[in-house]
Amino acid sequence: MKELTYHRADDAASAVALVSGDPDARFLGGGTNLVDHLKLGVTRPGTLVDVSRLPLDEVTELPDGGLRIGTNVRNSDLAAHRAVRRGWPVVARALLAGASGQIRNQATTGGNLLQRTRCVYFQDVTTPCNKREPGSGCSAVGGYGRYNAILGASESCVTTHPSDLAVALAAVDATVVVLGPDGERRVPMGDFHRLPGDRPEQDTTLAHGELVTAVELPASAAARRSTYRKARDRASYAFALVSVAAGVELDDDGRVSDVRIAWGGVAHKPWRAEVAEAELRGRFVSEESVRAAAEAELAAAVTDEQTAYKVPMVRNLTALTLTSLVEGAAR
Amino acid sequence: MTANEVTPDPLRSTSSIGTSLLRRDGVEKVTGDATYAVEHPVTGPAGEPPLHAWLVTSTVARGRVVAVDPSEALAHPGVVSVIDHTSAPRLADTSDRELAILQDDAIDFRGQIVAVVLAETSEAAREGATLVAVEQEATEHRSAFDEDVETYAPESVNGGSETDTLDGEPDEALARALVTVDATYSTPHEHNNPMEPHAATALWDGERLTLHDSTQGPRPVRGTIGPLLGLEEEQVRVLAPYVGGGFGSKGLPHAPEAAVAMAAMTVPGRPVRLAVTRQQMFALTGYRTPTRSRVRFGAHPDGRLEALRHDTVSQSARVKEFAEQAAVPARVMYAAPHRATTHRLAELDVPVPSWMRAPGEMPGMFAHEVAMDELALHTGVDPVDLRVRNEPEVDPDTGNPWGNRRLVECLRRGAERFGWADRPVEPRATVDGEWWVGTGVAASTYPMLWMPGNVARVRSLEGGRYGVAIAATDIGTGARTVLTQIAADALGCPAEAIEMDMADSDLPFGSVAGGSSGTTSWGTAIVAAAQQFRADHGDSPDPGVETTAASGQYADMDGHALHSFGAVFCEARVHRYTGEVRVPRMLGVYSVGRVVNPRTARSQLLGGLVMGLSAALHEEGWRDPRTGHTVTQDLATYHVAAHADVQQLDAEWLDDVDEISTPMGSRGIGEIGIVGTAAAVANATWHATGVRVRGLPLTADHFLD
Ligand SMILES: Cc1cc2nc3c(=O)[nH]c(=O)nc-3n(C[C@H](O)[C@H](O)[C@H](O)COP(=O)(O)OP(=O)(O)OC[C@H]3O[C@@H](n4cnc5c(N)ncnc54)[C@H](O)[C@@H]3O)c2cc1C
Ligand code: SF4
Repeated sequence: MKELTYHRADDAASAVALVSGDPDARFLGGGTNLVDHLKLGVTRPGTLVDVSRLPLDEVTELPDGGLRIGTNVRNSDLAAHRAVRRGWPVVARALLAGASGQIRNQATTGGNLLQRTRCVYFQDVTTPCNKREPGSGCSAVGGYGRYNAILGASESCVTTHPSDLAVALAAVDATVVVLGPDGERRVPMGDFHRLPGDRPEQDTTLAHGELVTAVELPASAAARRSTYRKARDRASYAFALVSVAAGVELDDDGRVSDVRIAWGGVAHKPWRAEVAEAELRGRFVSEESVRAAAEAELAAAVTDEQTAYKVPMVRNLTALTLTSLVEGAAR
Repeated sequence: MTANEVTPDPLRSTSSIGTSLLRRDGVEKVTGDATYAVEHPVTGPAGEPPLHAWLVTSTVARGRVVAVDPSEALAHPGVVSVIDHTSAPRLADTSDRELAILQDDAIDFRGQIVAVVLAETSEAAREGATLVAVEQEATEHRSAFDEDVETYAPESVNGGSETDTLDGEPDEALARALVTVDATYSTPHEHNNPMEPHAATALWDGERLTLHDSTQGPRPVRGTIGPLLGLEEEQVRVLAPYVGGGFGSKGLPHAPEAAVAMAAMTVPGRPVRLAVTRQQMFALTGYRTPTRSRVRFGAHPDGRLEALRHDTVSQSARVKEFAEQAAVPARVMYAAPHRATTHRLAELDVPVPSWMRAPGEMPGMFAHEVAMDELALHTGVDPVDLRVRNEPEVDPDTGNPWGNRRLVECLRRGAERFGWADRPVEPRATVDGEWWVGTGVAASTYPMLWMPGNVARVRSLEGGRYGVAIAATDIGTGARTVLTQIAADALGCPAEAIEMDMADSDLPFGSVAGGSSGTTSWGTAIVAAAQQFRADHGDSPDPGVETTAASGQYADMDGHALHSFGAVFCEARVHRYTGEVRVPRMLGVYSVGRVVNPRTARSQLLGGLVMGLSAALHEEGWRDPRTGHTVTQDLATYHVAAHADVQQLDAEWLDDVDEISTPMGSRGIGEIGIVGTAAAVANATWHATGVRVRGLPLTADHFLD
């Protein structure tokens, strides 16, 4: 490991000042992703600014019924929080579907959103990777592809975002609160992560030195009736092959008045399935209607031999997830 | 010293054997007191602390090292030296090209050792390794185990078995057969991944090399490393008191042991520590080769086999041959007058494959036992009955009578306990909520192996105690405990009176802990030495007297076919929406001779079942054909079963005594649990869904509609 300087930040503003003024500095949260990368040489910062002990570790209920989650709320605490479980079950379930108990105890909210891809080439400095080393090439094109994207990929990068939490946050229209050198700004979840385009090194729309301080969840009926399903290569402790975060609100006739569908494991960012949502609004939830809606969304999917399975898998899983939220839905 | 060869008599009475004696080293292990290979507090003669070694490996699959520039690494604080092919000590014996590292500029596979960095701390060594600039020239390579890969017939296959066998006229019989199966089954790269990586601490004092190693065989390591370095065997001492698993990968020394020994030779008086990284294990410490087996059965409508062919292709490395004996179990499993088995190898620019728990049997029986399930379908005969109908009276391979073949009883007992009779005959017949449900069965087998040359020493101590010594090691199986029990019964004393001295190559010869041969071979030597001790010194020996005896061959291996058998039953659930597979219950019933210690035996059998389940559902090393690089090189991308994958799991055994195989009445049990298990799971997923998957692992994508 390269030698580096370690700072424990006293307050958020000085942490931001330290990192934004030094291109070689990084924030350190729980360290469950970053420390691995230090060992592997995936990133070689000169300075770590530890923000994990900043007092941003509370879950606060907001006057409008929403919830504010400090960045240092650990994944296991957030999953166990009563308000989250009641008002946003999709968030709690997504968290519990991720990683392991030990890692969730350590991982922070902000760190989870900013965890980097698990692409095997990204994590191996002996192979070219545009995300790790811009311009070096993408080894995953024509290489190991089981976990690759089927939506929104580019020639320069075909990987997926690994976070389960981020998928749930995308579904409930969360807002990420960010502190930069010029003060605070609020980023809707849909604009937080980006598609790779020709700048795959940029996972998010954050500038270097911008600190995630909180995530806000607006209350909604769809968030209250929501859940998360994940398909994976083993029963626990594996990243998603595909995952579905979904919430639904029905009108008095039982038709969909509000629906949220976000997919994990299919794109470089949590994929809000807006086409499918539009198809479903005003309809009854049934296995058939959801499958058709998912297929409409998946018309844009680009697959190869290794990723073709994701299309039926995410379609089926979406059908199961939504019908399970609606009692008596036809399966 | 040559010890007299003694062939023991069967044990007359057993009081310790058969009890669940607690692990002798259990407390040290669970309290963290056990010291593993790089934890030994080894210092130089004047108290010098160890140096840390880090490996630099090639990033091309074939070619040569043009130049190694160590300057940046040497400038890094703490880095002491960089050893490459121009500066490494010359080896005395370079015939084993896996071990003959740093002797020339050739690169034979990706991940090969091209330099070793020594530094005062492991952090500095690791950083130093990233700073070594290695210029490589790549030449064309071939690393893909494709269908059309060129193959050749090796002279013999692993274990010394014949490459091909032919009885009768299988091709003609297959052409005539009324019912046939003809299918190809594949298994992927599998990687052993013991918890403790390959690791060692080496100290060269100018006269002797002391190696604290993580190995399955201190004596085999000594016997390899000594001649490699041009030392007398006695100049090498290998100690392995605790070993964090091996699963075959520590059965023979691999390149890292050569590296740490060579590095130590360059710094006399300074210990050197090396622990390979998890990533490096995927190239440097052996793995199970991928296999493709074409199995052809010709049968009568009642299911009786008339002909069988098992033709298998596996991968070998250009740098060193390894021939997985995947078609060997087909030679003993079922009766059929016409039969053929063949092994072919594809020689590729890849790391050297090696032993992984049940080499040969594991991949071969996956193919054979799924093929049997297909035959059951084609003939309409129940899979259990089908196996019973094909039970051979004598070993089809040698014509010898069976020593103790009780496969049919294992099948029947398992079927009864599992509730096999209630199973619907048709596949895709049971739905439970979101899941398709099915059940499957497969048979398992493993040969009784006995290693010659074992020697044990028995010495009487004060207070009616006995010291029993053999250079064998306990890799986590419980060997130390079961050998204590065997010694106690052989000497006719309580287990508490035995002090086992093991895991040190200075002790009398102990063979490798591999091939499920340890307890059999070491135990036979201990019984021989104990019986000779009593003959020499009587029942009330003076403290200090001792007897050393070499084990003669006890097992009647020429007159009998000696194998263990078993039957695995399982239930599989396949998710109707995602295709994910779960195995809620699994049962293995085994005939393995007398069980020396039910507690440790059970954990071996369950461990084998878990590893078979893991192979069934998850394990797959993915080698990038463009670079020859296994890209799934950590445990987040190379999946092994997690706790949640292992649900209700049970193993039991028939009441057995095998006096033909060992004086203890036992046979080995380390490997049979993994054999057939993946086939049982595959057969159950077929029964659940009607989808026949012929290649491992059984990932969700196979079962999606
Ligand atoms: C074996 C394994 C399995 C896993 N499985 C899953 C899984 O199934 N699903 C899943 O979702 N996750 C999984 N994870 C990932 C895990 O969720 C993340 O490692 C964790 O959430 C990261 O949080 P952290 O606080 O430890 O982040 P760190 O490692 O500390 O940081 C991660 C990144 O975020 C940056 N950062 C941290 N805090 C902030 C902040 N406040 N503002 C701005 N930037 C910040 C850091 O600079 C770094 O780049 C797994 C991890 C492992 C090791
Ligand atoms: S897919 Fe993206 S992360 Fe993976 S190698 Fe290509 S550029 Fe790198």
